[in-house]
Amino acid sequence: MATAATEIKVTPEIAAEHGLSVEEYAHVKQILGREPNITELGIFSVMWSEHCSYKSSKVHLKRLPTRGKLVVQGPGENAGVVDIGDGLVAAFKIESHNHPSYVEPFQGATTGVGGILRDIFTMGARPIAVLDSLRFGEITENKNTNKEEAARNRRIFDGVIRGIGNYGNCFGVPTVGGEVGFEPCYSQNPLVNALALGIARKEEIFLAKAKGIGNPVIYVGAKTGRDGIHGASLLASAEFTEESKQKRPNVQVGDPFMEKLLLEACLEAMQTGAVVAIQDMGAAGLTCSTMEMASRGGTGIEIDLAKVPQRETGMTPYEIMLSESQERMLLVAEKGREPEVLGVFKKWGLDAMVVGQVTEGGIARIKNNGRVAAEIPAHPLAEEGPIYNRPLTAPAPRVESEKDWFAFAPQGTNLTQNFVKLLASPAIASKRWITEQYDTSVRTNTLAGPGASDAAVVRIKDPRTGEVKRALALSTDGNGRWCQLNPRVGAMHAVAEAARNVAASGARPIAATNCLNFGSPEKPEVMWQFSQAIDGLAEACTALGTPITGGNVSFYNETLGKSIYPTPVIGVLGVIEDVSRVLKIAFREEGDTILLLDGTGLSEMAPVGARYIVPSSDDLAREFSSNEYSKVIAGITAGEPPAINLAAEKRLIDCLVALAAEGIIQSAHDVSDGGFAVTLAESCFAADGLGAHVKLAEEGSAEAAVFNERGARAVVSVTPSKLAAVLHTARQYNVAAHQIGQVIRGDAFRIQYKGSAVIDSSVEALRDAWAHSLERTLTGK
Amino acid sequence: MKFGVVVFPGSNCDHDAFYAIGKVLQKPVEFIWHQSQDLANCDAIILPGGFAHGDYLRTGAIARFSPVMKSVEKFANSGGMVLGICNGFQILLEAGLLPGAMMRNSGLRYICRHVCIRVEQTDTPFTNAAKAGQILKVPIAHNDGNYTCDDATYAELEKNRQVIFHYTTPDGSNDDAGNPNGSMHNIAGICNRERNVAGLMPHPERAVEPALGSDDGLVILRSMAEALVGASKATA
Repeated sequence: MATAATEIKVTPEIAAEHGLSVEEYAHVKQILGREPNITELGIFSVMWSEHCSYKSSKVHLKRLPTRGKLVVQGPGENAGVVDIGDGLVAAFKIESHNHPSYVEPFQGATTGVGGILRDIFTMGARPIAVLDSLRFGEITENKNTNKEEAARNRRIFDGVIRGIGNYGNCFGVPTVGGEVGFEPCYSQNPLVNALALGIARKEEIFLAKAKGIGNPVIYVGAKTGRDGIHGASLLASAEFTEESKQKRPNVQVGDPFMEKLLLEACLEAMQTGAVVAIQDMGAAGLTCSTMEMASRGGTGIEIDLAKVPQRETGMTPYEIMLSESQERMLLVAEKGREPEVLGVFKKWGLDAMVVGQVTEGGIARIKNNGRVAAEIPAHPLAEEGPIYNRPLTAPAPRVESEKDWFAFAPQGTNLTQNFVKLLASPAIASKRWITEQYDTSVRTNTLAGPGASDAAVVRIKDPRTGEVKRALALSTDGNGRWCQLNPRVGAMHAVAEAARNVAASGARPIAATNCLNFGSPEKPEVMWQFSQAIDGLAEACTALGTPITGGNVSFYNETLGKSIYPTPVIGVLGVIEDVSRVLKIAFREEGDTILLLDGTGLSEMAPVGARYIVPSSDDLAREFSSNEYSKVIAGITAGEPPAINLAAEKRLIDCLVALAAEGIIQSAHDVSDGGFAVTLAESCFAADGLGAHVKLAEEGSAEAAVFNERGARAVVSVTPSKLAAVLHTARQYNVAAHQIGQVIRGDAFRIQYKGSAVIDSSVEALRDAWAHSLERTLTGK
Repeated sequence: MKFGVVVFPGSNCDHDAFYAIGKVLQKPVEFIWHQSQDLANCDAIILPGGFAHGDYLRTGAIARFSPVMKSVEKFANSGGMVLGICNGFQILLEAGLLPGAMMRNSGLRYICRHVCIRVEQTDTPFTNAAKAGQILKVPIAHNDGNYTCDDATYAELEKNRQVIFHYTTPDGSNDDAGNPNGSMHNIAGICNRERNVAGLMPHPERAVEPALGSDDGLVILRSMAEALVGASKATA
């Protein structure tokens, strides 16, 4: 085993500095049968980092449902793949780029988008949509956030938005949806989760399995530099401390134009038939791509680093192997057909070099100018890494009483002012200021862009013929506040809401992807949250028929010892069989009947009025205290998330899909953040010159009736001539359909409750608060 | 009749233009690679939107040196019909085929949304199927759409009726209020003096079906097709 004379001698201390525990280091020596050299140590440390190895999450992730009749590829590849009919498949995945986005918001966000796009086209699928799920600290000054903090959060927010836009806009993929939330816990640990969706023909999906002894291994794309060395192990797998700012050189820099070239060149190279396998270089760069390709293929691999295109001089094998320079790919081609593949990359002006070949025997041999720099059995490295079943501890039960909870206003109080305040709060306000900075219409597939429907909807053009038949709907959701209060129920709500959103756009939910953002797995309370959330996801995904096809886990979202709220973000994908059946939230015509659909069901309902089985007043206050209204109006975040009824969610979803397919409703919008009043108002805002008059007849307080965030509900509008048909369908699905009012021409918005108007305003006044709040906050205008 | 859509390495609206012409308008169309000097006997050339060479420098500054642009220039100078959309417009400005220049949007942010533009001139091959004063709803998606030129150039544009599209509000009453990017005199699109080369920032190729929110952009592509039919009849 030759090593460079000047090389650093590996000691247990250096191993510890690389984040390897004593046991892990012993395991390294056992696999190698000797001490590792520094390059090998670097390779083990990134491959066994939390980010790459899932060592703390694996035992729990096993509990997630991952199979279904439409699932073509489940977790473990670059992205999940599902069958969407007519020989086409959709590849989709969500991934986090949280820590880099705090250190350098613009570049952190761009490379987050770049990474997930590569995951999609690595599979042979052309990306057609991106969504982003974002969480920041509070951007307005309040009792938990001082002026400086709010200003810093706005800067991070602005940088992330610009970064996401910069990448997608130039690359040429529409950024069509997602969500954004604000809580103090994300102040020094924002969440940037990017989801990408791509389309391919089923037989043209590519996998990352090295095959064919002697086949050439080809490096393509950007040159390798010193950027991002140890990004995966240091940034993504450790919590933030005061020294984190010194980690700035670890953040990679994105080049969307280079990625666009890489996209076109890779898809064209794949069409030659000469590509055997392909893997992008994301986290842990060349290390991960070489080791995983060999491990998955059950082969060995040999590369010479001297052949790797480099943009800096004097890079050591350690640096080349660990660099996280962006926009690079590693592929295996058929022996003898190298010129075809290299020719395509030359056409697109990209570096492409044969750097090695697939070998027999399972050894990954990394040479540098012919000299062996590292020699590791690939499979044990990739698959026999540490797995931890870390200790779990449930936190002590919160002792709360009525005085900790939201106190409802007395009967007869006019709630209009509170409603205006709620509409202007960053979480509820229009996100137009953000989404107009994204190209939402490139590729001319966007049938429902941001805010138009509960889910983003893109139509599918057959990659070969351009024919259009179906559309796909996507929604991301996740309520950290609810997960903090009850991780299992909160996680179930995330799935339910994403699926409900997809159904409210007219699509049948078929599969899911997840991004699990948590604190340090070394804390038993965090691991308990994680385990609980997995149980919730598993239960909800099973109940709603949306298997998890991929995603990622982001641990160590902590700053100065404080964890973020546990924040599982779920992306649900759905299919609309007929593109003309897309549902949007906007009311359409004066005189249409407004129905409140409630999956809780007829049998459990009183016969008239929007009435449900009302819990005791204590229960009501407890679950109301966890909602957006309670936070904005009273500054209270306590209690429990609303009780969830998955059977009811499923009934509502099935009902919405059926109503959409029959083409008998005019609009649909689910009840979620901010409750019924926000839902109703948004359906007016999206319309032109229409208002609404409704009467609610629930028990309990007016605030509870108007602002509670219980699930399994949606507001739909119906032309009077179709009303009987809609009621018939709702009955078939055992979904209650309450006729609560009418769409009116003009500017009036009124919600009556027990005979008095609890909200009474002009639509314009409400719209003004809602539409411009975010822009005013961010630009100070 | 055949349309050609130029593909620069960073073009990203090339497929959209191709689809709009081939699938929606049902006219023959093919791609032309930026390294090629052969315009494949196309009768009209479209320079599509995107970030031709990344545009880290000035937009279109590198693209104008592409081999294909030599041929496009020759084609334009001999009366061939050339339409630049968004980045294509920026390239035409850099290439000197249209007068003026682009600056960063006045708000210093990328903007993507539907805007309204008024058709000011109908005696061009790009607008002959439209009615004078017709208002079109089409999306914009750009960082640098803030058109500017010196006073003498603007006087020329006016004199020769070269401003073919102005931004405006949906009812056409307030052009300033409809201007999304600060462009001079609310200019959204212009043509050359000979009227065979035009550029506009909005994307007509993205507004070709009601399902996309508007099909108003089709009138521009249809105008071009009709002009080509007219031209072939005239020469027949």
